Amino acid sequence: MTSFTPLTSFAGGMLIGLAAVLLMAFHGRIFGATGILSGLLRGGDMRDWSLRAALLAGMVLAPGLVLLVTGNWPALDVPVSMTAIIGGGLLVGLGVSYGGGCTSGHGVCGNARFSRRSITATLSFMATAFVTVYVTRHLIGG
Amino acid sequence: MRLLSALLIGLVFGIGIATSGMINPAKVLNFFDIAGTWDPSLAFVMGGALAVAIPGYRLVLARKAPRFEPKFQLPDTKLIDMKLVAGSGLFGIGWAIAGFCPGAALPALGTLRTEALAFVASMILGLFIARGLKALAARSPQSA
Repeated sequence: MTSFTPLTSFAGGMLIGLAAVLLMAFHGRIFGATGILSGLLRGGDMRDWSLRAALLAGMVLAPGLVLLVTGNWPALDVPVSMTAIIGGGLLVGLGVSYGGGCTSGHGVCGNARFSRRSITATLSFMATAFVTVYVTRHLIGG
Repeated sequence: MRLLSALLIGLVFGIGIATSGMINPAKVLNFFDIAGTWDPSLAFVMGGALAVAIPGYRLVLARKAPRFEPKFQLPDTKLIDMKLVAGSGLFGIGWAIAGFCPGAALPALGTLRTEALAFVASMILGLFIARGLKALAARSPQSA
């Protein structure tokens, strides 16, 4: 069980949206975690690479800042096996590469621009995620 | 200034991921578990993000250019094809197996939890496998 947190979830979501808007306003880019990571791995010109590295550094520093301010790490419980983490990671890497984005790029930035591509992608990954959890928790694990 | 701005934007994003609960695989998996221990919280994350991003993008994109760049870089492809649908579908399956998505796993690295490190490492491996497959398909267009 996890507790229902509509207010903190909404507030956290607003910060995610704010980050997306600020990145567009200052740097003219879509905030997609997938794009940031794959661009970092690809290398490319230094100006572009350093921007991605700075974004990633900010993201990685965030839990530490939460710890400093609140005295607690953000809640992070992993109810699945290490095999599931690694297998899931592989599928996520493959999938976002072909799908051209993930929850941040398509789900937040693309949908906020009413991109039909992103709406399609979002419907696709949400649908398979609901079905997958039903299968793993109630058909296989149940 | 340019890089400091990016660092702060990454930080705002990461704090959003952490406070919203997206960083927590248990919460993500419960969101998808309608038939079980359903926790609808994450719908509020998307709601909050879009509540800011929809009007925010309208305001920002009405301007001539971003602050530090000559122009906005928006995806120019409008193509809705099998790659988009199947790739996104595969991503959804992986997300629901592990409980991490890329935007949550990158901030989660900052907790130094082995699960987050393992997830990001295998996700990177998946990205490289996809890159290899795409290069292969490009070399033999008939089989693609």
